[in-house]
Amino acid sequence: MVFQSRSTWAWPYALFMLCLVVLPLLLIAVYAFTDANGSFTIQNFVSFFTKSEAINTFIYSLAIALITTIICLLLGYPAAYIMAMADFKTPQVMAMLFILPMWINFLLRTIATVELFRMFGLPLGEGALLFGMVYDFLPFMIYPIYNTLQKMDTSLIEAAHDLGAKRHQVFLKVTLPLSMPGIYSGIVMVFMPTVSTFAIAELLTHNKVTLFGSLIQRCFGEGGIAMWNYGAALSLIMLIIIGLTSFFGGDKEDINR
Amino acid sequence: MQKSDYIIEVNHVSKQFEDGKFALDDVSLQIKKGEFVTILGPSGCGKTTLLRCIAGFQVATEGDILLNGEDVTQMPPHLRDVNTVFQKYALFPHLNVFDNVAFGLKLKKMDKKVIEKKVKQALKTVGMTDYEYRDVDSLSGGQQQRVAIARAIINEPEVLLLDEPLAALDLKMRKDMQMELREMHKKLGITFIYVTHDQEEALTLSDRVVVMREGKIQQIGTPTDVYNEPQNCFVADFIGESNILDATMVKDGVVNFCEKDFECVDKGFGEDQEVDVVIRPEDIYIGRLGDEAKGKEAKGKESPWQLHGEVQSCIFKGVHYEMAVLTDNGYELMIQDYHAFEPGTNVGLLVKPEDIQVMKKERLCNTFDGEVLEDNRVRFLDEEWDIPERVAERFEVGEEVEVEVDFNRVNLQDDEEDGVLCGEVYFILYKGDHYHLTVRTDDGDDLYVDTHDVWDDGDRVGIRVAPSYIRLYKKSQESGTKNQD
Repeated sequence: MVFQSRSTWAWPYALFMLCLVVLPLLLIAVYAFTDANGSFTIQNFVSFFTKSEAINTFIYSLAIALITTIICLLLGYPAAYIMAMADFKTPQVMAMLFILPMWINFLLRTIATVELFRMFGLPLGEGALLFGMVYDFLPFMIYPIYNTLQKMDTSLIEAAHDLGAKRHQVFLKVTLPLSMPGIYSGIVMVFMPTVSTFAIAELLTHNKVTLFGSLIQRCFGEGGIAMWNYGAALSLIMLIIIGLTSFFGGDKEDINR
Repeated sequence: MQKSDYIIEVNHVSKQFEDGKFALDDVSLQIKKGEFVTILGPSGCGKTTLLRCIAGFQVATEGDILLNGEDVTQMPPHLRDVNTVFQKYALFPHLNVFDNVAFGLKLKKMDKKVIEKKVKQALKTVGMTDYEYRDVDSLSGGQQQRVAIARAIINEPEVLLLDEPLAALDLKMRKDMQMELREMHKKLGITFIYVTHDQEEALTLSDRVVVMREGKIQQIGTPTDVYNEPQNCFVADFIGESNILDATMVKDGVVNFCEKDFECVDKGFGEDQEVDVVIRPEDIYIGRLGDEAKGKEAKGKESPWQLHGEVQSCIFKGVHYEMAVLTDNGYELMIQDYHAFEPGTNVGLLVKPEDIQVMKKERLCNTFDGEVLEDNRVRFLDEEWDIPERVAERFEVGEEVEVEVDFNRVNLQDDEEDGVLCGEVYFILYKGDHYHLTVRTDDGDDLYVDTHDVWDDGDRVGIRVAPSYIRLYKKSQESGTKNQD
């Protein structure tokens, strides 16, 4: 009987994903390869690669995302390390404090950040953008690293000590290599959303800095229906970039396990 | 510097954890160069803590540890000339077999060719040649254990510490590895300190066995010493099978148990002193009571057997049979023999004098510090207990007293609510005709109870004592003489 099979239970989810994931993706692809009249064209992609504005924004966005990711890693790893290694009576509380900002919608947090900058008389712009992005995405870096470090068998560290390794050698030769899976997922979790972000950029730079995400948003928002096809093409390009990042990230994670 | 005979000296080491519990309580131990010493005890006895203090992963709260005459109590592990084989191997999962074994040498920045030669040699010692480039995760438990040993011995430590290294292996594999470890110990000539909870492993492997319980050393001796001459009931019960019985030392060379006088070889316990005796089940001779024996008895001749009884059960154990015999005066004894005697058979039992191990009793009754309260009550073990008026009259209210309760006068209740005090059955010793229990109260105090009822380890019990069985003694004058009675 069909209904006895457990896989029947998956049908609602399959339907859900078909309507809300697969169909929209197909629509994006269709729009990207058609013009306003609905006939096939690759003009949308051609104009992306020929318009220097678009390609510059793209590269700039990647750079901003990269810098954000690096700062998050530099700040997040020590935080995660201290949380996982130090002898806190309640490490969960520490972890919780880092996660707590994530309970609040990031738009609200960003607006609050803008107010903070205004209060201290700091200029909005590129610096503010980086600050806001790091602030927003730091928990996504800390958490996976904390997780891998915490699950790590402490006897491995003891074994390294026992075999003559000094503290820094234990870190470089054992702790760091073994926390790579956490680092990879942290990178993916920070890099992917920062490439496509636009709200933070708009709020924290007063629209002075345009990111790739903002560009796409503008195509759909202000450009009117005529720009939808171009916007779809840009979305598709971003999707491919993000896909590649997560593909490489996920791949390395598997090897390390 | 004065060179010591001992490679490791542990002097009065105590380790107290943050919660106030003592993992080690005044432990002293000397280990000679090249010795194979096993630290044996049930889980939670402090054996691993002791090993970790020697390795340097934990620092003793009191006392000191000398390695080759040098005080290493506070020295971090990477500076100590000891290496550890961990219980779960602790191989580095991101390195292959070669890099795991070479880990210590690479840190010393040794020449690559030398490292390669030494790694090959170490892997050969543990029988893992040709596994250099294998992933450690692809190895079986036994193979991982060998790599862990190779990784430790390649550094040529003076002492190799092994923390239950074979616990995760199956029986057959464990037996093989035991033999190999012995061989390796001979070949390498370094000191092995081996932690285990497996008494058979300890007896098989070691030159000396250190038996621990609750952070204290119970006995140190050769495997034969520890087996044949246990110093207390715990050691006797923990190592091997044993019959432990209450007995009275009549005089030097004569001990009374199971209501009979037996010749023994022990001396110096005094006359009419209460003691414990241990008889190993294989040391009791058993034989069928034939008609001719009965006949002899009838004629007034003495029976050749010391005890008579009936076989209750008989289980085949591979090499021998294990039988429970109920003697005609009500004691149950465990006996191992190559011959099977069917349940119901009337048998005679015989024990040779040298096979009776007499041990001093650790205590003869429960003793507590107490305080006399108003209304015929006394406070001890943080609870208030009723006492008869005639007893209370002899003391002033608020007077500090010593309280005694006989083992068999402590009453255990199924329902915790029924007791004045709650506790948990912590240790059970069968003494032939009754059980001797250690009950640990929720405050961590121990009570000793003799009972005929069957309890299990970990049972929650309510504790009661009838008022007339609580004996009080004045603290000042009588405490000196009281212990003798």
